[in-house]
Amino acid sequence: MPSTHDWINDPVGVVEGMFAASQSNPSSGWEARAVEFFKDRLKEKDAHTLVPSLNDIPMHYLKPNSLVKFRCFIQDMFDPEFYMGVYETVDPATQAKTLRCGKYKDVTECGVDFNSKNTVTAERQTFYCVPIPGENPWVKERYANSSQARVVPSTSYVPSRQKRSYEEDDDMDTQPQKQREAHAGPQSPTEHHGNGDCKRQETEAPSSQMTSASHLDLNFPLPGEKGPSCLVKVYEDWDSFKLNDMLEVYGILSVSPALSALADEKDASSNLLDPTESMETAEEQRVHCPPASLVPRLHMLYAKQLQHNNPLLPSAATSEDNSAFLASTLSEMPSVREELLAYLTHVLLGDALAAEYLILHLISNVYVRRDVLPLGKFTLNMSGCPTVASYTERLYQIIQQLVPSSHYLGMSLQNMNQIRLVPKKDYVANRLVSGALQLAKNTSLYLDETQLEQGQLDTTGVRNVTALGNLISWQKVDYDFNYHQMEFPCNINVLIASEGRSLLPSDCQIHLQTQVAPSHLEEYLSTMHMLSQASSQLNKFRIYLSVARLLDYSISDEVTKSVEDDFVDMRKDDPQSISAEDLHRMLVVARLLSLSQGQTSLSRDSWLRAKHIEALRRSRMEQHKCVNGNEP
Amino acid sequence: MSSPASTPGGRKRGRNTNPPTPSSEDPTSPPSQRRRGQDSSTGDLMPMPTSPATDILSPAAPQDTSLLSSPRPSVPPNEVDMSSPLMYGTPSSRIEGTPRSGVRGTPARQRPDLGSVRKAPQVDLHSDADGAVASESNAGQRLVIWGTDVNVGTCKEKFQRFLQRFVDPTSTEDENAGLDLNEPLYMQKLEEISVVGDPVMNVNCRHVQSFDAELYRQLTCYPQEVIPTFDMAVNELFFERFPDSFLEYQIQVRPYNAVKTKSMRSLNPEDIDQLITISGMVIRTSQLIPEMQEAFFQCQVCAYSTRVEVDRGRIAEPAVCRHCNTTHSLALIHNRSVFSDKQMIKIQESPEDMPAGQTPHTTIVYAHNDLVDKVQPGDRVVVEGHVVVGSLTAFVICAGIYRAVPMRVNPRQSNVKSVYKTHIDAIHFRKTDEKRLHGLDEEAEQKLFTEDRVQTLKELAAKPDVYERLSSALAPSIYEHEDIKKGILLQLFGGTRKDFSQTGRGNFRAEVNILLCGDPGTSKSQLLQYVYNLVPRGQYTSGKGSSAVGLTAYVMKDPETRQLVLQTGALVLSDNGICCIDEFDKMSDNTRSVLHEVMEQQTLSIAKAGIICQLNARTAVLAAANPVESQWNPKKTTIENIQLPHTLLSRFDLIFLMLDPQDEAYDRRLAHHLVSLYYQTEEQMEEEFLDMAVLKDYIAYARTYINPRLSEEASQALIEAYVDMRKIGSGRGMVSAYPRQLESLIRLAEAHAKVRFSEKVETIDVEEAKRLHREALKQSATDPRTGFVDISILTTGMSATARKRKEEVTQALKKLIQAKGKTPAMKYQQLLDDLRGQSETAITKELFDEALRALADEDYLTVTGKTVRLLA
Repeated sequence: MPSTHDWINDPVGVVEGMFAASQSNPSSGWEARAVEFFKDRLKEKDAHTLVPSLNDIPMHYLKPNSLVKFRCFIQDMFDPEFYMGVYETVDPATQAKTLRCGKYKDVTECGVDFNSKNTVTAERQTFYCVPIPGENPWVKERYANSSQARVVPSTSYVPSRQKRSYEEDDDMDTQPQKQREAHAGPQSPTEHHGNGDCKRQETEAPSSQMTSASHLDLNFPLPGEKGPSCLVKVYEDWDSFKLNDMLEVYGILSVSPALSALADEKDASSNLLDPTESMETAEEQRVHCPPASLVPRLHMLYAKQLQHNNPLLPSAATSEDNSAFLASTLSEMPSVREELLAYLTHVLLGDALAAEYLILHLISNVYVRRDVLPLGKFTLNMSGCPTVASYTERLYQIIQQLVPSSHYLGMSLQNMNQIRLVPKKDYVANRLVSGALQLAKNTSLYLDETQLEQGQLDTTGVRNVTALGNLISWQKVDYDFNYHQMEFPCNINVLIASEGRSLLPSDCQIHLQTQVAPSHLEEYLSTMHMLSQASSQLNKFRIYLSVARLLDYSISDEVTKSVEDDFVDMRKDDPQSISAEDLHRMLVVARLLSLSQGQTSLSRDSWLRAKHIEALRRSRMEQHKCVNGNEP
Repeated sequence: MSSPASTPGGRKRGRNTNPPTPSSEDPTSPPSQRRRGQDSSTGDLMPMPTSPATDILSPAAPQDTSLLSSPRPSVPPNEVDMSSPLMYGTPSSRIEGTPRSGVRGTPARQRPDLGSVRKAPQVDLHSDADGAVASESNAGQRLVIWGTDVNVGTCKEKFQRFLQRFVDPTSTEDENAGLDLNEPLYMQKLEEISVVGDPVMNVNCRHVQSFDAELYRQLTCYPQEVIPTFDMAVNELFFERFPDSFLEYQIQVRPYNAVKTKSMRSLNPEDIDQLITISGMVIRTSQLIPEMQEAFFQCQVCAYSTRVEVDRGRIAEPAVCRHCNTTHSLALIHNRSVFSDKQMIKIQESPEDMPAGQTPHTTIVYAHNDLVDKVQPGDRVVVEGHVVVGSLTAFVICAGIYRAVPMRVNPRQSNVKSVYKTHIDAIHFRKTDEKRLHGLDEEAEQKLFTEDRVQTLKELAAKPDVYERLSSALAPSIYEHEDIKKGILLQLFGGTRKDFSQTGRGNFRAEVNILLCGDPGTSKSQLLQYVYNLVPRGQYTSGKGSSAVGLTAYVMKDPETRQLVLQTGALVLSDNGICCIDEFDKMSDNTRSVLHEVMEQQTLSIAKAGIICQLNARTAVLAAANPVESQWNPKKTTIENIQLPHTLLSRFDLIFLMLDPQDEAYDRRLAHHLVSLYYQTEEQMEEEFLDMAVLKDYIAYARTYINPRLSEEASQALIEAYVDMRKIGSGRGMVSAYPRQLESLIRLAEAHAKVRFSEKVETIDVEEAKRLHREALKQSATDPRTGFVDISILTTGMSATARKRKEEVTQALKKLIQAKGKTPAMKYQQLLDDLRGQSETAITKELFDEALRALADEDYLTVTGKTVRLLA
C-alpha cells in the first residue's frame, strides 16, 4: 500500500499501480476501486487539509501530476471528448509491447501503437472552472490558513521566475507566443501550402497577434477577479454537475508543457494535411486549449458539491457532523442575533427596524420553486440612503465582511450601458462569455442606485435593467444563446440601496430613518468602527448568517390556522389593507424571523412579531409618502 | 465487394470462384461494437505506405484482392493493389467507357461522406483462422468484409429484393406524393430518377427495417461497407431497367430516418462508425473547402502521368516515375486533380433536448458534395427564425488520429495528446421545419411518445373529470380563478385548423386569444410566466419593453455576410405557440396596431428595406392588462378601465377579469392555499397535482393527433347558442353577439373536445364553451349602468345604454341652443352650466364634450377654444 503522502504526491503512480494489478484480473473494476481509494483517503481525519489547494498556492509551487484541490465554480461546460482509455506502447529497441492506462492523463507515453487491438476509447467531459466569483478576502484567507499542505517550490523553475504569477506580469503571457514563433520558423516552407489567412497572420501581423494573445481572457464572471482558472476533466457522472455549481474538486494536476507545444505544432504542420482544421478558429483554439501554464488541467478523482463556501462551518463531510454543529450553534443564535442587530443598527445610523430587515435579507434563500415561483427570496430595497461620504460603499464593505461572497454593482448610467450582465454564447470561440449575473448561489449582489444619474439607457442598458428585474422577480437569468435564450435558475440575494424608491422591483422596501443629524453624518461615519478583521465577534456573525440559511423550517397546523384567521380578520376590517401579495411577504418575513432566532418552526409569537414589524415598516412608508409628495 | 465500375465479368468471376451454397455456419455473431471501433481506428492509423506495395502488410488477404478488384488495362499490375475491392469509385471508371452505356459508362462519384478511402478488404474468415486455403464449398459463405459480418453478395441481393418488392401502402410522407402506393415504392423512385436525372435515392431506414431487420442491422452497424453495396445494387438495377438513360454520375443511396436516433448528449464511443440520426440547430457553417480526392502527377521528364488517390487525408507522392525511372521527377498538376466539396457545419443541441442547468453541446458535421450549403446558420429568412436542422443521418468518425501520425514522426515530439477529434459525416439532411413553409400542420415535430406514455395519457383522458384535473394542474401555485385556468387550458389545446383558402377566405383562426385584466397583484404575470414555461414555443414579452418591430420582424445587416436579413420578432417566433404579452395596456398604439392582423388573419405582412413578405404568425395571444387607474373601477366598463381600442378587444375570444373578490370564505381559502405553499414539501405538492411534464405531453399529444370535427348535434347546439345570444339583446334593441362570437364558440368547443381526446365535438363541448364564454362575457361585457351583458361594449367600445344617453344629451343640447335664439357664439362653460341646470340627471364634462362633438359632426356648430360658434 502506498504511504500517506504517496497518494498526494504521486496519485498517477497509485492509479497506474492499480491498473497494472488489474491486468491479471480483468474483472476487478479497477476504475471504481481507484476512485474509492482516494475517497477513503480523503475521509480520514483532516486528510483533505493535507492536499494543497490551487486557490491559495501559486501554480508554480505545485508539483505537476500531484493531487491538488480546487474550490471552484463551473463557468462553462465544453463538449465531451473521446480519449485513449487504454493503449499499447511499443519499445522501439526491444519491440516489447506494454499496455498503458490513459485515464487521468492528457498526453500519452511515447511509442504508441496505433494499430493495437487493445486500445479502448473512452469518454470524458471538460468543465471550465473559475474560482468562486465574488468570494470575499476573509474567506480566501481563512481557507488558506486552515490548509496544512506543505509545498516545496518545484526545482524546475528558475528562482527569478518563481514569484511571478501570470496576472502580475503581462510579459509572461507572450511566452507561449514566442515559443510558437520559434517553432514556426523552420517549418515555414510547409506553411505556404496552408490556409492563406493563417499565413498572413503569422507573417504580416505578428505584433497585433502578440497583443491579442497577451489578453488571454480567463472569462471570469466579475471584472477584476484574480486566481487560476482550470479545465477540469470529469470521468464519471458528469450529468450530476450543473452550470454555476460550487465544487471542491480533488484531482490530478496536469500542466505538461507538451500540451501547449502540441497545440502550436498543429498550427504549423497540419494545415496541409487537413485544411478543415482552420475551421477551428484561433479563438476556439485559445479557449479550448490554452497554454497549460496559464490554465492547468485538473483530472477529477473526486468532487464535492459545496452548499456554502464559509470556511468557519464544517465542510459538510458527513451529515451527522453537520447536524451536531447546527445543534450546538442553535442555542447561541438569539444572543448572537442581538449583538448583530446592535452592530447593524449602529451601521445603519441608528435605525433598528432597518437593521432587522437587513438581517432577514442576509439569511434569505430560495428554498423551493413552485412551478415558476421561487419561494423564500427576499430582495430588499433600502431607500433613503444618505448620499454623503460614500455611505453606500461603506455599507457594502461591512456586508462584504459578513458574507462569504458578494458583489458590488454601481448602477451608474455608464455602468448599466456598458457592463455585460447576462452571459452570452460566443459561437466563434465556442464558449459562454460570462456576465456579472453568473454567480454562485447565495451570493450577495449589492446594487447601488444612488449612483444613477439622469440620462438615457441604450439597448444594452435596457437589456441589463430587464435582466436585473427578471433576476429579482423570478430568480432566473436568461442566458443569451444567440438563436434562443436559455433560462438558468439562480439564487442571488439582491440588496438595492437607493435614495427614493428603486426603479427595480423588490420584495420589500424599507426607508432608512437615520437617527443622526445630517450635519453630523460625516463625523459619525468617520467614527463608525469597522470590526477588526479576525475578531471573534465577526466570526460569530459569519457563522450565524450561514447557519440560519441551512436550517429546516416548518409550520404547524395550529399556527397555520391562526395565520389564516388573522388574514381573514385583517381583510374584514379593510380589504384594501392587505392583498395576497402582502400575505406572501408576511409569510416570508415570519419564516426568516423564526430562522434568525434559531427556531425551526413558526410560533405564534414570531408571527405576531412579523406582523408587527411589517406594520411598522408600512406606516413608515405612508409617513414617507406624506413627507415627499412626488414619491410614487 | 467490387468497385461499381468493375466489369460485370469481373464480378461474375468472383461469384464463380466462390459459389454461394446453403448456409451451414453463418457468421452470425457480429463483432462487438467496441472491437469494431478499434478496428476502424487502427485501419486509419496504419502508417502511410510509401509505395503501394506496403499495402500487402495490411490484413487484407491478397488472393481476395486480386479476385475482386477491377482490372485496369492502362496501368501496370502493381497499381492494382492500390485499389482494394472496397475502393469506391475507382478513377478508372471515369476514363473508360462511353456515355449512355449503362453502369460501365456512368462515372461513379466519390463518396467522401463514407470515407471512401478506407481500405477494409474482404477476408475469408476461414483462411484467416487457420491460414489454409478455404475449401471451395464454403468459401463464398464466409467471404465477408474485414471486421464486419457483411457479405457483399447477400447484402446486395437483399437490397435489390427490397427495392423491387417494398410496398408501403400507408405512406403519408410528402416525398411520396404522386406515387402509386400499391406499387413498389422504390422502383417508382428509380423511374423518377431516370426522368429527372438527379442521381440520389433517399431510402427510409424504417422501410428497410420492416422489410429485413437483419439488413437494417448491418446498415446501422457497418454503414461504410453497406451503403456502397447498396449503391452498387441500385445502379445495377437501374441500368438493367433503363439501359439508355444518362446520368451525370451513378446513383447514390442516402438512407435516412434511422431508428437509432441519438441526442447529441448520448453519443458515446460505441457509436463510432455507426449510422446515427441526431437533431440540432446549425450555429455555424464554414466556407466551401475543396478537398483533394485524387492527385494528378506528371513526370517532368517524359510527361508520363499518374493518378494517386487520397489515402487517410494524404497524398503519397510517387518517388520514381514508373515510365522513365527518373527519381523525383513527378509534379502535381492541380487543375487535373480531382477535388470534392466539403463544408464544416457546427450543430448545437436543440434546447428541448437539454437537461436543465447544463449548457448545450456542439458537434462538428462535415457535409460533402451536394449537401454543401444545404443548411445555413440562423437562416433568418425561413419563417422559423432559427433553422432547426432535423435529422442528420450520419456516422461518427474519429479523425483526430490523422494528426497523431505526423507528431510521432517528428523527432522532437515523442508523445501525443490522447484526445481524439470527432466529427460526423453527413449523409442526409432534413430540415424539421421545412414543412412549415408548406403551411401544413407541422406540430408533429418528431415528438415521439412511447407506448407507455400514450397509454397513460389515454387513461387520463378517459377519466370523466379530466378537464377539471388538467385545469387545476395548471399553475397550481396560483389560487382559484378556475374559469380563467380553464380558458387558458382550452387556449393551450386550440381549435381545429380549417382551410378555406380554396374558397378564398383563407385560413380560419384556430387559436384562442385571451386577455386577462384586473387589479395589480392578482398574479396575472405569474400565470403568463407559467404558460410561457409550459409550451414549447412560447414567447414572453412585456408591453412596456416591446416595440412593434420587436414583435414583428426587423431587417438587419448580418455581421458575417453583410447581407440584409430578416430578424423575426416575438410573434413570428411563437408561431404555433403562445405569445404572452404582459402589460398589454402600456403598449404604444403603433405596436398594438400590428396585432390586428396577427390576431385575426394570423399572418404578418412586412415591407421593409426591400423585403416584402408575409410571415405566418399562427400564434395564440395571452395578454394581461392593468386598469388605467391602477385599481379596477367597477363603475366603468372594460373599455373604459383598460383604455384599449375595441377593435383589438373584439379579437379576444375570452376576456377575463381577475379581481380581488373580497369575501371571507374566499379569503380563508386563499390564506390556506398560500400558507400551505410555504410549508408543504415538494412531494406533498406532487401528489396533489399532475406534474408539469405529464401536462406538457398531454397537450402535445392532443395537439398533434386529435383533430375534432363538429358533430350534427353539436352544430345544432352551436346554432341555438348563437341565436340565443343574439336574442338576449334584441329585446332591448342591442346586439349581443356577432359572428366573431360564434367562431369563438366553435373554437372553444373544439378545444374542449381535444381535452377529452375526442375526434368529435359533442354537445357537452358546446355546453362548456357556452358556459365559459358566458362567464367571460359576464365579467367583461357587463354594462355597469344596467347590469346587463352587452356585447357592444366590446365590439363598439360603448354600451347601448351609454349610446342612448349620449343621443339624449345631444338632443337636449341642441334644443337648448335653439332656445337661446340667434346668438352666434356662446361661452363653453356657460353652456355646460345651462345644460346642467336644465337636465335632471348629472351631466359629466366628458358627456358634454361628446355631445358637442356630435353636433360638430352634424356641422351644426364648431368649438374653438372656449367658445362655441353656431354654423348655418
